[in-house]
Amino acid sequence: MLKVRNLDAGYGKLRVLKNISLHVDSGEIVTMIGANGAGKTTLLHTIIGLVRASAGSIEFQDQCCNKMAAQKIVAAGCALVPEGRQVFASMTVEENLILGGYVLERKEGRGAVLREMQCQYDLFPVLRERSEQLAGTLSGGEQQMLAMGRALMSRPRLVMMDEPSTGLAPLIVKDIFAVITRLRDAGNTVLLIEQNAKAALGIADRGYVLEVGKVILQGPADDLLANSDVQRAYLGREKIA
Amino acid sequence: MYWEPERECMAREDLEQLQLERLQSTLYRVGTHVPFYRKKFEELKFNYDAVRSLDDIRQLPFTEKEDLRSNYPYGLFAVPLRDVVRVHSSSGTTGLATVVGYSRNDIKTWSNLVGRVLTAAGVTRNDVIQIAFGYGLFTGGFGLHYGAEHIGASVIPISAGNTKRQIQIMQDFKTTALVCTPSYALVIADTMMEMGVNPNGLSLRFGLFGGEPWSEAMRQEVHEKLGILATDNYGLSEVMGPGVAGECQECNGLHINEDHFLLEVVDPITLEPVAPGEVGELVITTLTKEAFPMIRYRTRDLTRFLLEPCPCGRTMKRMERVIGRSDDMLIIKGVNVFPIQIEKVLFEIKGTEPHYQIIVERENHTDKVSVLVEVSENIFFDEMKKQRQMVDHIKARLAAELGIGVDVKLVEEKTIERSMGKSKRVIDKRKL
Repeated sequence: MLKVRNLDAGYGKLRVLKNISLHVDSGEIVTMIGANGAGKTTLLHTIIGLVRASAGSIEFQDQCCNKMAAQKIVAAGCALVPEGRQVFASMTVEENLILGGYVLERKEGRGAVLREMQCQYDLFPVLRERSEQLAGTLSGGEQQMLAMGRALMSRPRLVMMDEPSTGLAPLIVKDIFAVITRLRDAGNTVLLIEQNAKAALGIADRGYVLEVGKVILQGPADDLLANSDVQRAYLGREKIA
Repeated sequence: MYWEPERECMAREDLEQLQLERLQSTLYRVGTHVPFYRKKFEELKFNYDAVRSLDDIRQLPFTEKEDLRSNYPYGLFAVPLRDVVRVHSSSGTTGLATVVGYSRNDIKTWSNLVGRVLTAAGVTRNDVIQIAFGYGLFTGGFGLHYGAEHIGASVIPISAGNTKRQIQIMQDFKTTALVCTPSYALVIADTMMEMGVNPNGLSLRFGLFGGEPWSEAMRQEVHEKLGILATDNYGLSEVMGPGVAGECQECNGLHINEDHFLLEVVDPITLEPVAPGEVGELVITTLTKEAFPMIRYRTRDLTRFLLEPCPCGRTMKRMERVIGRSDDMLIIKGVNVFPIQIEKVLFEIKGTEPHYQIIVERENHTDKVSVLVEVSENIFFDEMKKQRQMVDHIKARLAAELGIGVDVKLVEEKTIERSMGKSKRVIDKRKL
């Protein structure tokens, strides 16, 4: 579904991503874990077209999208749930969702958007309860669900999530991750960027470990959980000899 | 039958993506974790970011058996010993032993890859598998053992030796699959004959053979004597052990587990890649090993890639059975000649015996090769003309196979010295 090869990207002279290769197959959750500043967000922004790649290729659904405009990439079926939710605080929950459906509206009309909104309400019942409320008045967990719902409104083939667990209470994180698993089980494909390595690897099929702009490890999520480098660096588990 | 169809039958372009990802992270890991590679990479001023395709691996130097020896015992490990759950070692009969290590994930991968090889050969959880490879430091026994358990077969870890007991157990335990070296399979078959055991009365159906080079003729012999489907599998302890490649039931070459190993075939002299499908030395890079990664290991095994797709549906590239060792190669008039090529031609010609000797001389600065071939007795008493024709026929076939002209002499049966161990096929009289 998504194939990234030898990707270089950065800001001005600063090279953030160095020769990154990864792929996401249909129907799987792939997680990219790494510390602050490793380049995780830059990676997502490069895939979605907010940052331009200086080298390498990005193929989405067998279509090269290095030079595509962000809205075209979204229209092609790739959606981003940004870090820190970025909901439109002064708009209602419903308005936020309708905005997320702009691609769908162009393709299939308003009716499809309204039907899709009901799907999101089924997936996140709390959003239905709060539909008339201003997004800015929601709790952090609710805002995260709104951000996810908004992204799903475009009926994406690939959902990319940037640190959905940031700033949330552990119980809420559990809920969010349960929703991600449900999404996968319903046939969606997810690329999940996380600092919370344990939770992310716990639900993912495969994972990549990003360190200062390079993929240093990759493999099945179970293998990464069992890998001692990952344990020492990301899971805080240091066995005493 | 596949063990992991989503991998074994994956699209080539997806496979290449996966290989590239794994190669890039493997190189980064060895370059940061293994002092031997770090030093090599620094000397080369090798930049990880420069690896942008699988072919870029050719920028890197080879790793030789000697490198393993000079880093004896743990110098090439990429993880601390506390993360190593298993250590194997080569015998060390030809010098200092070499040591290899496995992490928990490595053992898991290994079992899985051997599971693929076993499944491709026809073995399932319903089989009773007798493992007559040596256990211990040698990787053969344990490698097959873990793989067979992994797919749920019933494992008899009998190890090598005590042939009569092997046969007794084969009868009593109703063994359906035999794992050993091909030559030991023939020993078992001959011992059965001596004991008066009829192989057709056994439950044996499959034989998985590896650990030493063998030939199509031997496969036929094993098949006839034991009535089993005999498949070849390949591996070496420096890289992992069995599980690198294995034949499917088409018996037409070994499917390489390419998602875990990157294989190259190079000319043993120039060390440049050979043309697609040409014979050369196999060079292996591991793509997923944690404890003991290998970069461009020179196996000294001679083989070639088989380029046609296999009817079994696997997309993993195949290699021909190992046809010899690059150490045995002769250079004659600048052409690389392998004794096995001569053997192959002789094998196809009626009336010759599988005993031959190659004599290389240098006269007036020119290399001259004569091949002494034993022929069955009856031919010798025939007319001279027929003999002449036969010599010409062999010469023509050899010239076509080798690309150089050689002299052929027919000799009577049993005139070439027999050896108990490895036979002396080549006599090189050149003083090079």
